[in-house]
Amino acid sequence: MHSLLLGSRWLLVLLGFLVTQVQAAAINTSSGWNMPTGVTGISQDIYSLHMIIFWICVAIALVVFGVMFWSLFVYRKSKGAKSAHFHENTTVEVIWTAIPLLILVAMAVPATGTLKQIYDSTEADMDILVTGYQWRWHYEYMEEDISFFSNLGTPQSQVLGEEDKGDFYLLEVDKPLVVPVGKKIRFLFTSNDVIHAWWVPDLAIKKDTIPGFINESWVVIDEPGTYRGQCAELCGQNHAFMPIEVKAVSQETYAAWLEEQREMAAAEAQGSQREWALDELLERGEGVYTTYCAACHQEDGSGMPPAFPALRGNPLVTGEEGYSKHIETVLYGRSGTSMPAYSDTLSVADIAAVITYERNAWGNDSGDRVQPTEISELLSDD
Amino acid sequence: MVSETLAHGSEHSQPRGILRWLLTTNHKEIGTLYLLLSLLMFFVGGTMALIVRAELFQPGMTFVVPEFFNQMTTMHGLIMVFGAIMPAFVGLANWLIPVQIGAPDMALPRLNNFSFWLLPVAFTILLSTLFMEGGGPNFGWTFYAPLSTTYAPPSTSFFILGMHLAGISSILGAINIIATILNLRTPKMRLMDMPLFVWTWLITAFLLIAVMPVLAGVITMMLLDINFGTSFFNAAGGGDPVLFQHLFWFFGHPEVYIMILPAFGIISAIVPTFARKRLFGYASMVYATASIALLSFVVWAHHMFTVGLPLTAQLFFMYSTMLIAVPTGVKVFNWIATLFRGSISFELPMLFALAFIVQFTIGGLSGVMLAIAPADFQYHDTYFVVAHFHYVLVPGAVFAILAAAYYWLPKWTGVYPNVKLGLAHFWLSVIGVNLTFFPMHFSGLAGMPRRIPDYALQFADFNVLSSIGGFLFGMSQLLFVAVVILCARKKGEKAPAQAWEGAEGLEWQLPSPAPLHTFDTPPEFIPERDSPSRH
Repeated sequence: MHSLLLGSRWLLVLLGFLVTQVQAAAINTSSGWNMPTGVTGISQDIYSLHMIIFWICVAIALVVFGVMFWSLFVYRKSKGAKSAHFHENTTVEVIWTAIPLLILVAMAVPATGTLKQIYDSTEADMDILVTGYQWRWHYEYMEEDISFFSNLGTPQSQVLGEEDKGDFYLLEVDKPLVVPVGKKIRFLFTSNDVIHAWWVPDLAIKKDTIPGFINESWVVIDEPGTYRGQCAELCGQNHAFMPIEVKAVSQETYAAWLEEQREMAAAEAQGSQREWALDELLERGEGVYTTYCAACHQEDGSGMPPAFPALRGNPLVTGEEGYSKHIETVLYGRSGTSMPAYSDTLSVADIAAVITYERNAWGNDSGDRVQPTEISELLSDD
Repeated sequence: MVSETLAHGSEHSQPRGILRWLLTTNHKEIGTLYLLLSLLMFFVGGTMALIVRAELFQPGMTFVVPEFFNQMTTMHGLIMVFGAIMPAFVGLANWLIPVQIGAPDMALPRLNNFSFWLLPVAFTILLSTLFMEGGGPNFGWTFYAPLSTTYAPPSTSFFILGMHLAGISSILGAINIIATILNLRTPKMRLMDMPLFVWTWLITAFLLIAVMPVLAGVITMMLLDINFGTSFFNAAGGGDPVLFQHLFWFFGHPEVYIMILPAFGIISAIVPTFARKRLFGYASMVYATASIALLSFVVWAHHMFTVGLPLTAQLFFMYSTMLIAVPTGVKVFNWIATLFRGSISFELPMLFALAFIVQFTIGGLSGVMLAIAPADFQYHDTYFVVAHFHYVLVPGAVFAILAAAYYWLPKWTGVYPNVKLGLAHFWLSVIGVNLTFFPMHFSGLAGMPRRIPDYALQFADFNVLSSIGGFLFGMSQLLFVAVVILCARKKGEKAPAQAWEGAEGLEWQLPSPAPLHTFDTPPEFIPERDSPSRH
């Protein structure tokens, strides 16, 4: 018994430590400990289901552990307990098989109801095609002819700790998905490369995006607001860095946003026809580089050899002979390496700008200017 | 060979040094080899877990790069599942099954040697991938295609080779265990007289034979996709990435039970010993184990609730998964009924066994929550899942393995484990493991996805706790190594044949330590039903 007491003293000290740590966590944690209630009917149903089952499990645990610890306490050998000789009882076995079964049936009924609702994606007001890319999301408004990529908005300097982390660290994007409240939105999910999963806790949607498959899900958002989520299926090195931001706005704001998008698309189309100045290309190119290239090739073009070659001083990027090969690499990627093809991902202006930037930044100073029209021609040749 | 050994008794000439271990066909020596390999792999996999926890200690990329982080999470899972937990149970099976059923050795001793020595080769190949160009496996221990095929590093073919070898080892080991249990029991020991550890291993061995070939199939398909231009899992070639998941989890879910059923057997041996009372509901324990094993074949898609299964499939897998709670509950209730009105003492093996019951039940209950498909849309692929399966595997399976070690070490080495070290190991492990994994329930519910090297700020506090707990748990396992070394060097209180007062079973008739060759002639066995003292 001495040894057990020794153990108890250990336990008390460490338990004290644990309690203070957990209290500290409780005070500091701004966001909850629990599943969010969310902003849709389904998310609230799921939350209630979760809480019901949680409390049932707590009750079961209390009864089971209660009987267990009571037995451990009362029937201690050190207190002179003599063991009884019974070792089976069919009635008891039947009872403790039947009762859990009944509890499970009671859980299954509401779960089935909610599941049926989740699967009813008929009669939607609008459709959005969500495509997973390594490592960004692409949204296409099926009825509106609007589509765009949504990239991580948190700068690399925050990730590397060179700058203080913002409130929405790793949960912010450069261009959020904008949707109207009160409309039934059907999401269609697919992927361009590996399997990703589109998850927004407040909308209670988590669906895998699978190459070659189209999954669906739906949502009616009740309250305007910004709802954040993340990719939930391991999809490669930047899995942690492809967040989701959904902005739910009133129907009027949504209509205005649609109009704005159409204007921007028109301006973009015009832009790809005209001649660009070097400064203009460099400015745009720097932004594109930061979003699409810097994670591997680094902000200063130094790369992470051997997997990710340096662009600074790279003959492909500085020299004349490399010119067409450089463009080809950005457009079509490098098979057998992590370098993806950007011909479908970026606009011709973006491609022209980023190549120009790479050929002139960090002392590369080639003075080359790549025009959007040049890229268009190359692409139309194919 | 066996009859020759018997004829010469313990005096037959034996190779010395490394050759002795390379060539041994003795179940006790092979058991020891398995257990030592498992302990080594536990520390290798544990080190990887601590690298992961060090990176996750605070937000930001602070310690490793994401690519290496992914290799660490992947290798940690693979090494712990295939290198630590499974070999530990096979090691225990080797040591204990022959002595518990009164057999002189395993039925197929040379096959036994081969099964073991495949494993060091397998894990050398697997670990060597970390040093190859492009790095080791980085696609999670579940290696979902096409991340693990079209987009995988070049070392993946070596990973596949390593897995094939480990799989062959498991299949051969399982065949050996079934052959031993069905053929070599001492006269009068019927199946329903066998200790539960033997029963749970018999059922586990059938699970292994059923599902390891499925794993072999799926990794072979990967190999073909990678090297020979097939498109089993490549959508662009008409293949089906979801097919991979169906095949993987048809193996993977029974695999989960392969890692827990022998633990049930261990707990069913230890609890009656220290409650000094016969196991309650022996027959229902056997039936519950068999039910869990059968159900494990029809629940696999609960790992795939978010891949877009049709509603009917979703409902089927939700109901079948919930059903597993029933036989699992029966087991927990039977253990508690065994404690009820016993005469209980708290020696080291009992402490680990009791902690197992509590912590495994916590993991079981979060399993019920995960079975509810609509709620799983929120839980899936978050730290809630990480908390759940670690509760079943670490404070569950690992604690059962530690309980077994403390329980049978006197029989293996002839001395009791050091109590002070053992108690420190126990309490630090309990605190460490719960501090690591309990906060993960909260970070998961709050929305933290698994397998990410960097995370949003609201998860920071839970991660601090988990990391502190992880290092505490990891470091306290060194105490266990000290306990084992002391026992191996015979430093400690000498144990008699009946090392524990209330222990039942043929192994306790053997001297401590058990000699190399035991039960050359089948021992006298009096089934419990005929034993007057037990009624």
